[in-house]
Amino acid sequence: MTSLQLLWFILIGVLFSGFFFLEGFDFGVGMLIKSFAKNDAERDVVIRSIGPHWDGNEVWLITAGGAMFASFPMWYATLFSGYYLVLFCILAALIFRGVSFEFRANMETQRWRTFWEWAGTIGSFCAAFLFGMLFTSMIKGMPIDKNGDMTAHFFDYVNLFSIVGGVAIVVLCLVHGLNFIRLKTTGELRERALSWNKVLYPVLFAGEVVFAILLFFFTDFFSKKPMTTTVIVVTLVVFTCLAYWGVLKNHEWLSFIGSGLGLISVVVLIFNGLFPRVMVANNPAYSLLIKNSSNSPYTLHLMTILTFSILPIVLIYFIWSYWVFYKRLASPKQNA
Amino acid sequence: MFNLGLDILGLARFQFAMTTVFHFFFVPLSIGLAFVVAVMETMYAIKGDEDYKKMAQFWGKIFLYSFAVGVVTGIIQEFQFGMNWSEYSRFMGDIFGAPLAIEALAAFFLESTFIGMWMFTWDRFNKWVHTLFIWLVMFGSSLSALWILAANSFMQNPLGYIINQKTGHVQMTSFGQVVGNPQLWNEFPHVIFGAFVTASFVIAGCCAWRLLKKDHVSFYRKSMNVALVIGLIFSLGSIASGDFQTRYLINNQPMKFAAMEGLYKDSTNKGEWSAVSTFNTKQHKSTWSIDVPYVLNLLSYHKTTGTVKGMNTINKELHAKYDKKFGSDMNYYVPTNTLFWSFRIMAGAGALFALLAIVGLIMNRKKSQAIMKQRWFLYIMGLCLWLPFVVNTAGWFVTEFGRYPWIVYGLLTIADAVSPNVSVASLLTSNIVYFLMFAGMGLVMVVLSHRALKAGPDVDNTDGYATSDTELDPYSKGAFNHD
Ligand code: HDD
Ligand code: HEM
Ligand code: HEM
Repeated sequence: MTSLQLLWFILIGVLFSGFFFLEGFDFGVGMLIKSFAKNDAERDVVIRSIGPHWDGNEVWLITAGGAMFASFPMWYATLFSGYYLVLFCILAALIFRGVSFEFRANMETQRWRTFWEWAGTIGSFCAAFLFGMLFTSMIKGMPIDKNGDMTAHFFDYVNLFSIVGGVAIVVLCLVHGLNFIRLKTTGELRERALSWNKVLYPVLFAGEVVFAILLFFFTDFFSKKPMTTTVIVVTLVVFTCLAYWGVLKNHEWLSFIGSGLGLISVVVLIFNGLFPRVMVANNPAYSLLIKNSSNSPYTLHLMTILTFSILPIVLIYFIWSYWVFYKRLASPKQNA
Repeated sequence: MFNLGLDILGLARFQFAMTTVFHFFFVPLSIGLAFVVAVMETMYAIKGDEDYKKMAQFWGKIFLYSFAVGVVTGIIQEFQFGMNWSEYSRFMGDIFGAPLAIEALAAFFLESTFIGMWMFTWDRFNKWVHTLFIWLVMFGSSLSALWILAANSFMQNPLGYIINQKTGHVQMTSFGQVVGNPQLWNEFPHVIFGAFVTASFVIAGCCAWRLLKKDHVSFYRKSMNVALVIGLIFSLGSIASGDFQTRYLINNQPMKFAAMEGLYKDSTNKGEWSAVSTFNTKQHKSTWSIDVPYVLNLLSYHKTTGTVKGMNTINKELHAKYDKKFGSDMNYYVPTNTLFWSFRIMAGAGALFALLAIVGLIMNRKKSQAIMKQRWFLYIMGLCLWLPFVVNTAGWFVTEFGRYPWIVYGLLTIADAVSPNVSVASLLTSNIVYFLMFAGMGLVMVVLSHRALKAGPDVDNTDGYATSDTELDPYSKGAFNHD
């Protein structure tokens, strides 16, 4: 393995971390459209809180996909063709939620507004759940042949571990979304988000414990890398505790950063466990490795130079755009 | 047209065609509308005329619809390479990945960030700064076109690579050559000009329908003028850049060119060009045609003499060149009917657009009422609103069917590129669902645009986003009509 290959393995991890940190909250907010927001006016506010951002957040996924293609095409090819139906459902979910915000705002009848609200809610939920399922089943190991093609069956994708993984990501996104709402709104919505999170965090703790136990039985993470895996799992729990403490003491930033870092820890956990592989095969001989899945040194070199010159500029205006919109939105007054 | 058996290859190809064609309905519309809206807002910034601001906001709304659909269908495109064409991805990763990743980094971030800024900050920023936002969006989408076309150009005309002996995959040796590919610099202006033409004629067409109803006459006439000026300039640009491409193809992809012109036999020095023709594609000959002398040579070489190779000759040459590598039972003929007619639709439409723009501008002069009286013209203009979509698709049909039987010209065949492990059932399901989703989204898009047009420019066309308040008005839309 060359240092460039290692660098790109890490960079892919960084891009996925960015994706989960950012899209995490807007999946969460999306899931809350129907249940948390009680009426049309509240839904306007909730949707508006992510309005200027969700598209930019999704670009992190697109970049991660593109970067994977640009650095580890074998990984990209195996993962994407192997998870054909899962990714297809993710795409459908992303499409529905993507157009739902714009379409809902322009519907004339209540029935169609409701339709697009559900599209946004269910789309966000499915996307988060399926991503969780995809990554958990991926680290568990899949039937991959010599050519790198995956021929998996239903229960390779859907099993106890992957369902728990999916649920865990959903809950993480939910609390992250609520923490975001606490930061972006004032009044009724802000308080409701706080009280919802008081309930949800204990659920999340339970989920994390179950997940860690299953991780032990279903993957080789603990046997191959006992130290680092344990440290990262503990870190995940610590971040969750910090976020929870932020909920109890009403420190909004602490909660938000805590839940975001929690999501990032999950990504780190996965990438740490994968290393030095990129895809885990049931038959270890066929696992894809960092060292034989990457592009040529020329392309990696090129991509490194380009990425390190473009990414800082992107980050500057990306953060600036958040700063421009950093204002709280008022909850609508109750008019019962 | 699509060699449609229910096998993985046929379904994957159908899916690629369907999803890209759908993506490419919205791509040129978004790129083009971003440009036209940017021009309108700039005129507002310069002249201070509120009409132009209204115009930018109004057409900006249609732009946002188009953009939303463009974005969500784009993600399918990116994932599709890995999902349906895994062998292609492995083979091409070294070349294709780089432009795709740069596209995301350099272009998509720019577009998506500044579109949010543009949409939500109408009176937060000074008008020049706000105008800059839409120009940045426009710049971002052109950049994204450039990078993705770089990848496409490599498939048409591979340059700057070697074949890795161990893996058999392509390996980049020169990024400069990949980006400097002459195919790219022929394709890029043509695609961008086509996008501007698309948006102009969509706007002009919408205006025409409203003018037929005598609705907001001065607003729609003014909009139409802006659109037609842009439309005229860039339809001429399309013709010029299309001409460059045509002549480039003669040397670079002679088979594609011969099929576009329906030439099975080599042409004689008289340069007979078939205006219309029918073909027997099994026996490789044209059965009937109306020929005009010299035109072929004028088109190909800009002079009256010369000859062009026909498909039968080129087929033999290709066999001689590639049989060692691909075997002798390859079929190098491309779908002649598709190329021939697509090319005629495109070139004909180019001329029609230029003509319509000229006539429209003359009739729509400030002092004249001609345009309101000549209703037939407004009907034609209104119907032509749909034409750019057909033309763009026709153009891509020429480009993409014309590289048959290769996915990467001369290097990898389409049949070798498909994912071997995806089942027919999966592909069938996804094809059907995509189709339904696209039909639904297309429909909503049309209904919404229609509604916006009917509501006209005087309502708030920024969905209340323009106002900078942090306090959302609790009594605004919908606060009461629940329960
Ligand atoms: C000539 C232009 C062009 C062409 C040939 C393509 N696209 Fe595209 N694409 C754009 C021009 C564009 C754009 C103008 O930049 C879009 C359309 C509307 C929009 O929102 O951005 C876009 C959106 C878009 C997005 C979403 C971006 C976002 O979220 O902002 C993705 C991931 C792709 N495209 C990927 C692709 C792939 C993999 C293609 C190859 C088959 C492709 N596009 C063909
Ligand atoms: C610029 C980026 C593009 C790339 C990288 C690209 C690549 C591809 C690939 C990989 C295929 C499948 C293999 C094949 O059948 O040959 C394909 C087919 C096709 N593409 Fe493109 N394409 C691009 C743009 C477009 C656009 C914008 C359109 C139309 C609007 C289009 C129309 C088609 C059609 C109709 C086919 C089907 C051809 C067939 O059935 O064989 N392409 N293209
Ligand atoms: C406004 C009208 C036009 C539009 C919207 C349009 C659009 C397109 C598009 C989207 C493509 C595919 C992308 C590409 O390869 O560049 C294309 C290809 C092409 N166009 Fe046009 N076009 C127009 C007019 C013309 C005219 C007037 C000509 C010829 C004089 C022309 C010649 C070509 C050729 C030769 C190709 C194939 C290029 C290749 O395969 O490499 N186009 N067109």
